[in-house]
Amino acid sequence: MEMTMTQKILAYHAGLDEVHDGDLIEARLDMVLGNDVTAPPAIEILGKMGGEVFDKDKVCLVPDHFTPNKDIKSAELSKCMRCFAREKNISKYYELGDEGHGIEHVIIPDNGLVFPGDAIIGADSHTCTYGALGAFATGVGSTDLACAMASGKTWFKVPEAVKVVLTGKKNEYVTGKDIILHLIGLIGVDGALYKSIEFTGDGVHDLTMEDRLTICNMAIEAGGKNGIFPVDEVTLAFMDKVNQERFTSGEYKAFVPDDDAVYSRTVEIDLSEVPLTVALPHLPSNTKKAEDVKDMKIDQVVIGSCTNGRISDIRMAASILKGKKVNPNIRCIIIPGSRKVYKTALNEGLLNIFEEAGCVISTPTCGPCLGAHMGVLASGERCVSTTNRNFVGIMGDKDSEIILSGVPVAAASAILGRVATPKEVL
Amino acid sequence: MKVSGKVFKYGDNIDTDVIIPARFLTTADPELLKVHCMEDLDSNFVNEVSQGDIIVAGKNFGCGSSREHAPVAIKASGISCVIAEDFARIFYRNSINMGLPILECKEAVEGIDKGDEVEVDFEEGLIVDKTKDLVFKAKPFPPFIQKIIDAGGLVEYTKGNA
Repeated sequence: MEMTMTQKILAYHAGLDEVHDGDLIEARLDMVLGNDVTAPPAIEILGKMGGEVFDKDKVCLVPDHFTPNKDIKSAELSKCMRCFAREKNISKYYELGDEGHGIEHVIIPDNGLVFPGDAIIGADSHTCTYGALGAFATGVGSTDLACAMASGKTWFKVPEAVKVVLTGKKNEYVTGKDIILHLIGLIGVDGALYKSIEFTGDGVHDLTMEDRLTICNMAIEAGGKNGIFPVDEVTLAFMDKVNQERFTSGEYKAFVPDDDAVYSRTVEIDLSEVPLTVALPHLPSNTKKAEDVKDMKIDQVVIGSCTNGRISDIRMAASILKGKKVNPNIRCIIIPGSRKVYKTALNEGLLNIFEEAGCVISTPTCGPCLGAHMGVLASGERCVSTTNRNFVGIMGDKDSEIILSGVPVAAASAILGRVATPKEVL
Repeated sequence: MKVSGKVFKYGDNIDTDVIIPARFLTTADPELLKVHCMEDLDSNFVNEVSQGDIIVAGKNFGCGSSREHAPVAIKASGISCVIAEDFARIFYRNSINMGLPILECKEAVEGIDKGDEVEVDFEEGLIVDKTKDLVFKAKPFPPFIQKIIDAGGLVEYTKGNA
């Protein structure tokens, strides 16, 4: 029937046998998500619509952007969301310090809340992260969140898809971050505007779940509506680990695209040819090989975020920083993405490695990624960051600069005080 | 409905962080947001903008974050319409939901310059550059968006359909 993977999920959730690109459909949602910036306006709007949520177990609220609260106004936002969650008995509200708390897009997969075939919207543009598990997930604004909290449904325009065929195996220290930056460099920040990005090919099996989460996380940086991976043995093993009960029950659907599915464009990437990649200021598409910009001096390194704050990222950073010292001109800020990641890093002795290297270690927060707190830049300062955007002023002053990279380049750069590759320090 | 005003012209990929930086998102009050609108890109904008003025920009306007505060800040600053080659999808959706009129029209973007006096007729989909005496035809709203607008926005639309 010529449907892509995304189109099949949308058809299923709309109760239709088939959909075509451009169709307008109303889809049933498995989860709706908000954070401390976007949920408070949605809660106010919901109040005008009667105030009730469609299902207290399908609304997820996570304080992570301005938390631990940076000022009185941000504390009021968190309080608004907290009071609402308590009043409505929202079961998936994660308070700071809760076992499941952390940055929303780190904890939601890790807490077993996303399964293949699910349809999810979140009032956060990086909601597209969950496509890594073969789900349809996309970002919306607070009004859409409010309406979906009330009805459990939303409308979508069925997207066309860009097909990304991955082949080969990636080289040492190349991660999902390099692959997505490389792709955005190829197609541009609007290369997948209004479209889904569907990953396929033998190279998929070479990617860990963490690689896939990082790749889908930045689908939005190519303008994409969502990014999505097929369901394979890696997905099954991840589900078994994070939510054995749902996995065993079989309550999920692994969709595959039709053989004759139509794509607006096909991009082929040989993973063995993807270099350690950075995106220079001020667009994620402004990509270069890390080794070609090694003369760029920096002032700060941030390792963390919904893009690269998972345990594999923290382990990778520790493996490079072990026994080394952060350059005296650099502030290196390590932000484990969740309490679980923090605790694992603590138990594995990774936090000691960072401490001895001269890093500072933060509690989980989005903080510096959006220039909120925990590492805001002054004018003229430059940061290598494992976050997802390097727009003007996003981490601080409008005359500061962000270079996006994966964890290995960020950790090596912290040691050498300039853009660096791991082989220079190991 | 017709609107008219002078044009502020910007380039491609105008992101939500320059429309309203995240450091100001501790409030959702339009009156507080509007004083910081566009400040990291064009610090004169808030001083020069008048009610009814129009933003004309290139490709992928509104890319980045899902913050609804972005169209809210633009609308509160007095801007009556944003004309761009195309829009980032979350911004497009948020603008409809917030009642900020947006039009996609590549020819208008190419033909209109900063400071031009422009009139937009939404019913006819016409963009008239009165300074240059040029007329452009924009892509009209698709019917489903018109339905949301007719209902008075997404909140009212959902009330009627929940």
